[in-house]
Amino acid sequence: MADKGSFDVRHQSGFPIVALICFFLLYLPIGALVVYAFNAGASVAIWEGFSLRWFTIAWNNEQVLEAAWRSLRIATSAAFIATAAATMAALATTRTRPYRGLNAKYAFLNMPLMVPEIVVSVALLIFFSRIKLATGYTGLGYLVAAHAAFCIPFAYLPIRARLEMTDLSLETAAADLYATKWQAFRWITLALLWPGILAGLMLAFVISLDDVVITEFVKSAGQDTLPTYMLGQLRRNVTPEMNAISTVFLLISVGIVTLFFIVSRKRN
Amino acid sequence: MATAADIARQAETREIRGRWLLSAPALVIIALASIGPLAIVLVYSFLAPGSYGDVIWEFSPDAWLSVFLKRDIFDNTLSFADAHLSIFWRSLRLSFLTTLIALLLGFPTAYFIATRSARTREIWLFLITIPFWTNLLIRTFAIQELIRNEGIVNNLLIKIGVIGEPIQMMFTDFAILLGMAYVYFPLMVLPLYASMEKIDFRLVEAGYDLYATRWHVLRHVIVPLTRPGIIAGSILVFIPTLGAYVTPRVLGGGRNLMLGNLIELQFGQGRNWPLGAALSMTMLAIVLLALMVYVRVATRSGGQNHG
Repeated sequence: MADKGSFDVRHQSGFPIVALICFFLLYLPIGALVVYAFNAGASVAIWEGFSLRWFTIAWNNEQVLEAAWRSLRIATSAAFIATAAATMAALATTRTRPYRGLNAKYAFLNMPLMVPEIVVSVALLIFFSRIKLATGYTGLGYLVAAHAAFCIPFAYLPIRARLEMTDLSLETAAADLYATKWQAFRWITLALLWPGILAGLMLAFVISLDDVVITEFVKSAGQDTLPTYMLGQLRRNVTPEMNAISTVFLLISVGIVTLFFIVSRKRN
Repeated sequence: MATAADIARQAETREIRGRWLLSAPALVIIALASIGPLAIVLVYSFLAPGSYGDVIWEFSPDAWLSVFLKRDIFDNTLSFADAHLSIFWRSLRLSFLTTLIALLLGFPTAYFIATRSARTREIWLFLITIPFWTNLLIRTFAIQELIRNEGIVNNLLIKIGVIGEPIQMMFTDFAILLGMAYVYFPLMVLPLYASMEKIDFRLVEAGYDLYATRWHVLRHVIVPLTRPGIIAGSILVFIPTLGAYVTPRVLGGGRNLMLGNLIELQFGQGRNWPLGAALSMTMLAIVLLALMVYVRVATRSGGQNHG
């Protein structure tokens, strides 16, 4: 402690090095994955020159396109349903005096985050197979419903956070100016809530797009999404085609999350 | 005649009813497509298995018994189900180790982020969050490409002459451990950071003024102040690792099962749905137990901090 002038109370020796190594290791596997997507050869470990051929191959793979399109459709429907339901739920659970069942409601809305995915998957497998048998319907509805359910908590959290920050007095002011309840909601509440809803929608979309386990158990034959298709392929001899698909997938997720950050930064 | 109080009470009842109605869609979706069906799993765990999967609707405690015990097919004696117990043990051990590794590495990382200037802090935080939001399967796949026999690490080591033969890393417990620590690392860092961000560094300064060493300050000031984050991060990592399915399936192969894979097996080749149901309920019980411990410890330490 001789050098009192530069003594930093926050410093802990070794911590920055460990942290920087961790950051490096966090990005090394993903980085390698992306780099080898551009490999000219068929190996995912030996570099043989730059090429876009694996992107072309993936782009022309009927199964990949079909699975990707299905993923997008499910994620879009699930995200919209989850966000609508979560917005209503957030309106119903904030800015109120505690009422009976409010805490139970919070807990229930967040429960899909706590129960292990594999347990929910098994439960849905049993439940939906019964319904499939009883109704004969085997469409994408089951996947959309399951995805919407586990997306609700992710959509709910940012919307609720946003609601708790909004100033109630603006709604009262609108009422004072003879706005109807609906007008006040449409032009004040919803307008103020908008960034939260958008953030919730984006999170729900990414979460749905990423899901493997629940989809793997709930899907009927021929209903592969991109992640379950990839899971099936990993068993085989892997070519850089998987890297190419992953790279595009990563790009979409990272893009949406970056957008989410920008939107949520705006609120400050 | 209705008094003012009556009218107010009526208005409140109406408002609460409105609030229930407004939250109904979310509650119904979760009840039907996530949490509700768990009740069916509980029922199934008490039924007899059908020969081609599914169940026969008659009461049978066999599934629950066979979670921990097995019946000898010749003399009907019961003994411990070693296969199941060893998978339970492996799952708990791997989850615990993953949590420990994530904590040991996550603590310095979170501390590093929390002590940056406000501006750069956001960027570091963003860098931690990005992998968290990218597909878990892709991140697992990325680890697989690194550690395969013909993967990048082995290739590199052979090229520089450290080893002659590739090291077998895939399909080992090491692979599962590495994959899970990698995949769930951000879940540890984020709550740790949330706690550290709130640290009042005047307390740290006070420690140094009282001639504490860096180690003492870390041990007696920073770690206790970060306790809620340590607990939250540990639970957030422990729960999904215990339920992990994708990572052990991809990196562990068919032999190094974890609980999640054992459950799946009962619904696939095993054709023993009641056993799968009983195993699922056991996993759920362990997770709920962990959550309860978390809530108790968190509320207690929260009270201490403010007291």
